[in-house]
Amino acid sequence: MATGVKSRVKLPKTARAGEVITIKTLITHRMESGQRINDDGTAIPRSIIHRFTCDFEGAQVVDVTLHPGVATNPFFEFRARVPRAGVFNFTWYDEDGAVYTDSKMISVT
Amino acid sequence: MAVTRRDTLKSGSAALLALGFPSSLQAEEVTAEQAIAAFVKGGEILQGGITLDLEDTAEDGFRVPVSVTAEGAEAILIVAPANPVPPIALVAFGALAADQQLSTRMRLARTQQVLALARMPDGTVRQVSKHVDVVVGGCGA
Repeated sequence: MATGVKSRVKLPKTARAGEVITIKTLITHRMESGQRINDDGTAIPRSIIHRFTCDFEGAQVVDVTLHPGVATNPFFEFRARVPRAGVFNFTWYDEDGAVYTDSKMISVT
Repeated sequence: MAVTRRDTLKSGSAALLALGFPSSLQAEEVTAEQAIAAFVKGGEILQGGITLDLEDTAEDGFRVPVSVTAEGAEAILIVAPANPVPPIALVAFGALAADQQLSTRMRLARTQQVLALARMPDGTVRQVSKHVDVVVGGCGA
């Protein structure tokens, strides 16, 4: 299992109902591609996050499939519409079965 | 027969090849053509309607910022055909996506023509490509 995985999500704390906000997400993960070779000639085992999703209380915003070509510490930026006050959920799925989650409250003014 | 220096080198490099590329890696290799065909699903491929923002020269192939936009798209696929694993990322947009745009950072193994494809609700596919010079390859991408 990948160690030291820490997620960071940036979005406004408040918005108007229906407003479009920019969401930035980052998670610390080596995204080891499985292509790199050790000094002793053996391949470093592949270890990647293969899926990332963002939803607002069950309504999908984005669902991303990641391949080894996504750089270390996968970063995503996208835009979402805020229907009402609520919670944005962020989920990262590691190929080793681990699931990392984060969530952010947003209030409507 | 005397073992020459050349023989030693030959057997050594064969052993290295056998060690360096475990069969498990090859098992799930997807070519760029396979990845694109699976995404296109027989739809008509048209130019335009999609933009791929990418620098002309990537100084560091390990970390290349990329942004794709295709208004109204259901999903967008980014492909780097010259990478060991050509598909980079596939994004599907949900009901609450305000627009169809995603920015991320990818690895590029060498100088190449990067592709982005967008699948539209009517089944057509929009395609765009951009040439990127890679200075230091993100080898092992």
